Amino acid sequence: MSAVLARFRPRSGVQLSQEQVVLLVVVALFMVFSFVLDGFLSVNNLLNLARSVSALGILSVGMAVVVIARGMDLSIVASMGVATAISIQLMQTQASTPVALLVGLGVVLLMGVFNGFLIAFVEIPALFATLASGLLVYGLARTTVLDGLIAELPGDRTFVRWLGQGAVLGIPVPILVFLVVAVLAQFMLGRMRTGRFIYAHGDNAGAAALTGVSVRPYTTIEYMLSAAIGFVGGLVVAGSVGGLNTQVIDGSLVYDVLLVVVVGGISLVGGRGSVLSVVVGTALIGVMLNGMTILNMNTHEKDIVKGLILLSALVLDNRLHPRDEETVRQGD
Amino acid sequence: MTASVTSRRPGPRRPPERNVLENETLGTRLHYLRRKIALQQVFAELFEKRWMEPAIPLTLLVGVVVFFSVATPGFATPENLLSSAAELAELSLVCIGMAVVMISGGIDLSVGSMFGLCNILMILLITLGGVPVPLALLLTLFAGAILGGVNGGIVAYLKARPFLTTLVTLIVFRGVLNLLDLNFSAQTATVFVLDPMWEWLGTGKVAGIPFSFVTLVVVLLIGHVLLSRSRIGWHITAVGASRRAARHAGIKVERVLLLCYVISGALCALAGIFYAARLSSASARVGEGLELNVLTAVILGGISLSGGKGTVWRAFIGAATISLLGKGLLLMNVGGEVLQTALAAVLIVAVGLDIKWGKNRGKAIQKTYVNPTLLRYRPAPDVRRGSGSAYEVNDRLLGAEAIGVGEVEGPEDVVLDSQGRLYCGTRQGWILRFSGRDFEHKEIFARIGGHPLGLGFDAEENLVVCVGGMGLYAVSPDGTPRKLSDETNRDWTRLRDDSRLRLADDLDITPDGKIYFSEATTRFGMADWILDGIEGRPNGRLLCYDPATGTTRTVIRDLVFPNGICSCHDGESLLIAQTWLCRILRYYHSGPNKGRLEIFMDNFPGYLDNINRSSDGGYWIALNGMRSPAYDLAMRMPSFRRRMMKRIPRDEWLYPSMNHGCVVKVSEAGDVLDTYWDPGGEAHATITSMREHDGYLYIGGLENNRVGRIKLSGSGAAQVDNRRPQSSARPVSVN
Repeated sequence: MSAVLARFRPRSGVQLSQEQVVLLVVVALFMVFSFVLDGFLSVNNLLNLARSVSALGILSVGMAVVVIARGMDLSIVASMGVATAISIQLMQTQASTPVALLVGLGVVLLMGVFNGFLIAFVEIPALFATLASGLLVYGLARTTVLDGLIAELPGDRTFVRWLGQGAVLGIPVPILVFLVVAVLAQFMLGRMRTGRFIYAHGDNAGAAALTGVSVRPYTTIEYMLSAAIGFVGGLVVAGSVGGLNTQVIDGSLVYDVLLVVVVGGISLVGGRGSVLSVVVGTALIGVMLNGMTILNMNTHEKDIVKGLILLSALVLDNRLHPRDEETVRQGD
Repeated sequence: MTASVTSRRPGPRRPPERNVLENETLGTRLHYLRRKIALQQVFAELFEKRWMEPAIPLTLLVGVVVFFSVATPGFATPENLLSSAAELAELSLVCIGMAVVMISGGIDLSVGSMFGLCNILMILLITLGGVPVPLALLLTLFAGAILGGVNGGIVAYLKARPFLTTLVTLIVFRGVLNLLDLNFSAQTATVFVLDPMWEWLGTGKVAGIPFSFVTLVVVLLIGHVLLSRSRIGWHITAVGASRRAARHAGIKVERVLLLCYVISGALCALAGIFYAARLSSASARVGEGLELNVLTAVILGGISLSGGKGTVWRAFIGAATISLLGKGLLLMNVGGEVLQTALAAVLIVAVGLDIKWGKNRGKAIQKTYVNPTLLRYRPAPDVRRGSGSAYEVNDRLLGAEAIGVGEVEGPEDVVLDSQGRLYCGTRQGWILRFSGRDFEHKEIFARIGGHPLGLGFDAEENLVVCVGGMGLYAVSPDGTPRKLSDETNRDWTRLRDDSRLRLADDLDITPDGKIYFSEATTRFGMADWILDGIEGRPNGRLLCYDPATGTTRTVIRDLVFPNGICSCHDGESLLIAQTWLCRILRYYHSGPNKGRLEIFMDNFPGYLDNINRSSDGGYWIALNGMRSPAYDLAMRMPSFRRRMMKRIPRDEWLYPSMNHGCVVKVSEAGDVLDTYWDPGGEAHATITSMREHDGYLYIGGLENNRVGRIKLSGSGAAQVDNRRPQSSARPVSVN
């Protein structure tokens, strides 16, 4: 909503939106890395960079949907991982690819419904609900459904492999998938009623409810959407590395997703930012991760750096979009 | 009309069966019995108890212990419990830290990483740094405090969200831990330290109990005193309960928050030290996922997510539950994944219950607090003009003189002293005195508070007054109030503590100087006593204050709204007016019939209020409202009233009508002699009392703005003694 209002605000001088600032930072970082780091500025590396972060970008689009609605889905990686692993496990049997994919989709949608129920109807703060539901679904899957830690994609499932490893006109398919998801999400958020309602919900849930938005069902829809988009990201991951290591759920991927969203300018107070924010955020994190890899940093060092950046992003976001700290509920 | 009902030995007693009419069938009696039992009320009163909240987690803990003791053979052995104690101590320390943070309204998800980091730090300090153990211990504690300080600083001073902040510091600390482990794994894998203190930390026992557990007990005690008895503890609770109010009260909110996180960090360090000493090794995986256990434990212990509520004991109870659950499942050969899954599920359920309970507790208690029961009336006597009944409407109050119009609000009772001055209580908590020939001079005799209701003079001319909401008070002739009593003996068969007087209503003083007074209801206060009329339960009681001993005791409990109390002319019995039953009981407090309780009069056409003696040996009775067939019907349909309260707003409920009534004069034998009506209640609505004095009848009303008086014909010369009746004078009269 504020994005709409901002257009009518008189502008004096040069005012940059957060996306533009981030974009400038990306360009600056890009240039610095190009000069400083050997082998950064090569078509190969750049395509590699883009391909490696596109799965992260897709997940971030999913997260963006709920964050715009003033929610948070910490279970996005868990539901993605579990659903993808179940899909792959089905593919190892006689099941056809569409059936396997549908089952996976069903799992994530169910997960979205569960999250939505906990958050909208039981009124558990989103952070708690999704933190616990992520652990729950991973634990359940591990104890009942999944065979091992690593689900290997059979070689004959070409569609999924193509999603991760194929190329159209020289452009890797993951990048295209990311772009398609981004465009669709932007269309949904910006042009469709559902999207506008999501913004309204995030901007002021009480006002949205009063004007007739069915906030509770919408919350459920938001988490279903987020989980479904996450599933696409999971398939891309599975396709590109030929399987899925479910340990990714325990890892720090969800922090990367959070980092992309918050750094890109989708404020945690809700109702702000767009898919464009996710794109520039992904670009920034992609460049950063790539730079860190070339610098030969190990995972732990990367974790520390990412954590520190995320911390400062959270603090900054809080400065830019302050909350009424005295009336917030736990977990807001 | 007088019918003997029962005769029992003296002491706290139950009155005759509420209002079961004679010749009832067995079915009806069973119906009454069913309506008498109020499980809902038991639950409502149970959940109002403060000990109920820790009771539930404690029950859960006992359940877990009992289950595993029975189900797994190796569980209840001393060895297992002792080895569990060390683990439990470490988990509990971390839980206490988390609890403190949660009580302050925050959350600390980084506990697992802090625990692990301090663990490896301790080991490294000793092996790599060669630091002596005591110094290493202090340094590690300090490091833990610093880690907590980082969290606290960001949350308190940079005002970031606690949940996300600590979630991110979790991964940052874990990253540092991983780096340390990566570089120094050779030194941390196993440690051999030949320091007696190190041994003591790891395996030392005090009276057979691991040293870490002893430390935990000390921490629990200190934490309890700090949280519940010290200034800083109150500050923490205040910040968690309402940050804004805390700030307005001058509490330095940021500093308090910082302190909470520092405490959490330091306790994690302490736990990490014990862990290091116990296992003499460190690895990157120590404390991984610990935040889930801790969070579940703390919430399971009943420490609310919303902050401001909780004790260290609850954290311990939660930790013990989780820890023993883990241990028991381990003994049953259930994998760690199952435990983690179960914990996540428990966390969701516990958080959901916590939130729903916190949100709806008040509403649930309120909704279930009023419990209508069955009351059955006989058809009310006809009061219409020309009906020829004893209660026929007339206009005799229409010409009443008004005293203090607009100057007095809610004179429930009126009384006159030996000099003919008029006293009445008001809504503001004052007692007014009117004097002069036409009572034109008004003064505030005493300011007590509450709502002064029943009045009476004792032998020393002290004005004894029942104050609604406060108890029984006496005002000396110079206007100084003094508390006589505000409590009585508690009924230990009830869940609810009923020792306090909530609604002392009317009193009278017997010849032996004892003050008998009624408490209309023990379940409702001055603001909502009318709900007692919807409920219709026997919630009231008759109390006796003995000036000689200064004590109050309950004489009769379980009375349906006892209102007016009047010492009879015989000096050895009392009349008790029961408002909702429209019935007057007679209770013999002394004499040959001592302990006898009987029905004096029954089936009035309206709801009864005060009773007073008349000069000619009879009694004056105030009817504050008239019964209506609709409400009589509603009173025999308890479920209807319950439904009414649930479904429609409060101002549209059916209430017992409290609009216009009358004054009834009855004889000693219980026959109606006379009635005085103000039809339509123009000057005297809701008549709650009347007092005869010098040939005049003075009339007060709970909602009225005046005191009225009318001249009585016939008995003009007679004089009623409003003070203590003379025990010798049988039909009291003449002063």
